Amino acid sequence: MFEPDVIYDSRRVILPTDHTRPTTERPWVRRLLIGIAVVFMAAVLVLPLVLVFTEAFRKGAETYFSAFADRQSQQAILLTLLVAAIAVPLNLVFGVAAAWCVAKYEFWGKSFLTTLIDLPFSVSPVVSGMVYVLLFGAQSVLHPLLKAYNIEIIFAVPGIVLATIFVTFPFIARELIPLMQDQGNTDEEAALSLGATGWQTFTRVTLPNIKWGLLYGVLLCNARAMGEFGAVSVVSGHIRGKTTTMPLDIEILYNEYNFAAAFAVASLLAMLALVTLVFKTILEYRFGDELAGTRRH
Amino acid sequence: MAGAPRGASRNPSHPARAGWSFVKPSVIPGFGLTFGYTILYLSLIVLIPIAGLFLKAATTPLEQIIKIATSPRTLKALEVSFGSSLIAALVNVVFGIIVAWVLVRYKFPGRRLLDAIVDLPFALPTAVAGIALSTLYAPKGWVGSLFSDKGPLWQWWHGQTWLPFGLSEFSLNFKIAYTPTGIVIALIFIGLPFVVRTVQPVLEEFEQELEEAAATLGANRWQTITSVILPRLTPALLTGFALAFARAVGEYGSVIFIAGNLPNISEIAPVLIVIKLEEFDQAGAAVIAGIMLVIAFVMLLVINLIQAWARRRFGNV
Amino acid sequence: MDIRVDTVRKEFSHYPALNDVSLDIRSSELIALLGPSGSGKTTLLRLIAGLEMPTAGRIFFGDEDASSKTVQERNVGFVFQAYALFRNMTVLDNISFGLKVRPRSTRPPKAEIRRRAMELLDLVQLSGLEKRFPQQLSGGQRQRVALARALAIEPRVLLLDEPFGALDAQVRKELRKWLREIHDRTGHTTVFVTHDQEEALELADRLVVMSQGKIEQVGTPDDVYDRPNSPFVFSFIGESSSMPVTVENHELWVGGRAIGLPAPNDAVGEANLFFRPHDVELVEDGAALAGVVAASRRVGGTRRVELEIGGNPNRVEIDLPFDHPAGEKTRIAFRPKRWRVFPQA
Repeated sequence: MFEPDVIYDSRRVILPTDHTRPTTERPWVRRLLIGIAVVFMAAVLVLPLVLVFTEAFRKGAETYFSAFADRQSQQAILLTLLVAAIAVPLNLVFGVAAAWCVAKYEFWGKSFLTTLIDLPFSVSPVVSGMVYVLLFGAQSVLHPLLKAYNIEIIFAVPGIVLATIFVTFPFIARELIPLMQDQGNTDEEAALSLGATGWQTFTRVTLPNIKWGLLYGVLLCNARAMGEFGAVSVVSGHIRGKTTTMPLDIEILYNEYNFAAAFAVASLLAMLALVTLVFKTILEYRFGDELAGTRRH
Repeated sequence: MAGAPRGASRNPSHPARAGWSFVKPSVIPGFGLTFGYTILYLSLIVLIPIAGLFLKAATTPLEQIIKIATSPRTLKALEVSFGSSLIAALVNVVFGIIVAWVLVRYKFPGRRLLDAIVDLPFALPTAVAGIALSTLYAPKGWVGSLFSDKGPLWQWWHGQTWLPFGLSEFSLNFKIAYTPTGIVIALIFIGLPFVVRTVQPVLEEFEQELEEAAATLGANRWQTITSVILPRLTPALLTGFALAFARAVGEYGSVIFIAGNLPNISEIAPVLIVIKLEEFDQAGAAVIAGIMLVIAFVMLLVINLIQAWARRRFGNV
Repeated sequence: MDIRVDTVRKEFSHYPALNDVSLDIRSSELIALLGPSGSGKTTLLRLIAGLEMPTAGRIFFGDEDASSKTVQERNVGFVFQAYALFRNMTVLDNISFGLKVRPRSTRPPKAEIRRRAMELLDLVQLSGLEKRFPQQLSGGQRQRVALARALAIEPRVLLLDEPFGALDAQVRKELRKWLREIHDRTGHTTVFVTHDQEEALELADRLVVMSQGKIEQVGTPDDVYDRPNSPFVFSFIGESSSMPVTVENHELWVGGRAIGLPAPNDAVGEANLFFRPHDVELVEDGAALAGVVAASRRVGGTRRVELEIGGNPNRVEIDLPFDHPAGEKTRIAFRPKRWRVFPQA
């Protein structure tokens, strides 16, 4: 029947009449558009990435690795890992619970609830951090109470964790909701009709169905959790070696004109980003059907 | 059941739950648990803190609110934020269509790689992007030096002897980093994937038959693109635009390094909030944050309306 | 407009979808391209339209060689299987699209475009729906809009790809009759693709039966039905039964017995006998095909009997009136009234 591949192969030998195909552009237009896209992407996206690594190694490998010998940078790395290790699992549990109740049931105010879940995406990171400063900071009504029990939240690790949870809040839920909605309830109903308990249904039927989508969400959530800057910056107080995560460490080093060290730490985060992208691409390529479509943020 | 009111027997299979119910009856267990947990977690993490912000803004005396909101510095910061976000989102719409089009329609070496790189701004921490862009576009950076005073572009321009008198004297000297232009660059970086990733699936699902139909009716390629393809992409483009814009307005990390943060020139609203917080002016910070939140809500609403409208208008044929 | 397809070949990544096909389409006729999926019928239609370019061969519109012309230049009306209506335009805008995109020199004035679109809307019996959007129409109405849109450009030939494929049975029948009327009224040379033989037999002046990228037979519906020229056409068009036979002494033999069917011109050797299940006569005595009734079921007004003949595991089907007494018997002897013999490949 008609040609199966919609994509037009520009490497193919072009027949004299080929440009007359009604659903593609002339070869020079195609080349021009590809050129524009490639140059634009290279200038805006690729160049900064390349620069991170060249700047990091500009003064040689020794300088590069000495940046990580610094105790304060080491602590920043540890704190970043700790924050992600708390924020991601919490948002994972929430994401599954929220997706379950939104996707499996019809209830009043459902679309309002999904809008609220998306809310942290539309809030400036600075505001995300600031809400906790207002709630727990020195001028808040809760402050005397916290002080009485010697609980430190703002300018301390708990505040950083809270701010990170806030900004990464919707990632997993948003990945799972459309996926589970697409899959419908029939598998679960079948399992229940065969005598499975609710928990068995979830672990043996639902979870295998959503595992790749879940992994995908975790991946994106983790990348953001480790890389969050604005929200964390507001609540951290920038106490080097105590309340600085890697992105904050980068800022401090950069502002101290210690560019080599700043880019060395940045290169770690850039590597994390690349690994995330690779896994993400593999997941989309291998399990595209089991993810919730190709649109994501 | 005998005494049940007649109106309540609409759902005969669940007589016990007849009438209005909050949730539609389902055999699948776990609604109470998951719904309860969702609401609890949502409230603790998101709703209560945000309510606190509005409470703070609301308990500030009205005249003080007005004073903060209308101070020249606040207005200028909002103008810079919204203005550069608007420009960046528009640039992203133009290039986003081209990138999405090229990725969906053409096959060329490196296409898959290009496709993967589109998501880089989602994965790369903003602080990393910020210092990288700042270094790149600084007067001595790889790109910045091209445009700087006595740079290659300047040299070339002044070497053009054929230019009419005076034109070559016009100083071709663009400073990018530490100016509003730098802000726009950072916001383009941040927003591109939003446009590409909303347009791409629509383009992928676009029926080729529609283009063929237009061609059989005599339309040339340009007419087909403008009158058949682009109208169908409009809802996705608007959504992508709104998402990129909303993200840009709140962006902080990638902007602060490149912006220079000069009050009244290149100071964005989030930076002003941070400054107010550092000055312990929580009311001032809350008011500006409140304004930004309200605008974010409106954007969210607009996005939802666009999508609802698009579903109605272009529902499946 | 006559259309001549001259030894056209089309390959998709070296796989031939059409194998040196030649076909003459006469002016004002309604011709059907009929075949199973993968037979190349849609490819042929798209080549005529200029939506695909042939790998080799030529296509003539009248005396003019259209092979190298673009689809825009060919001026064909094409109705797509899923209609391909523009969702962002009203019915009226859809119909007038082809006139609006003309270069200024040949574009009619606005009022004229509107007048002609309204006239076509009337022709397809959709007056009053001009402001609707395609998604507000039923399937049958969309089909009519698609046809009106194709007619608006005053095409030299009208091409329809599975025009009734997406409609339910009732609407399909109505539209079939209506398309015939429109064709008779406007006199466009019309080519349509279908896999539904009933549709082709009822609607077309001539049929082109295709299989595996080749044309098997071209002829009027009666021709093709009564005188199929290949085993493929015989079994593809209408009901058919077939069984292996031997040709010897200008006669057909099964299991060493003559069955009373002469074969004066057929080559001696193994062959296949084809006949229509309803086109048989029962025989009480004399040479015939005799078989054991293996199954029998009533299908509407007829009774379909499956017979095992001479221990051949492939059963042969014949149709009897449902109340025929032979339906009760365990053995039936019959002879086809009309048949064809094709040598075994």
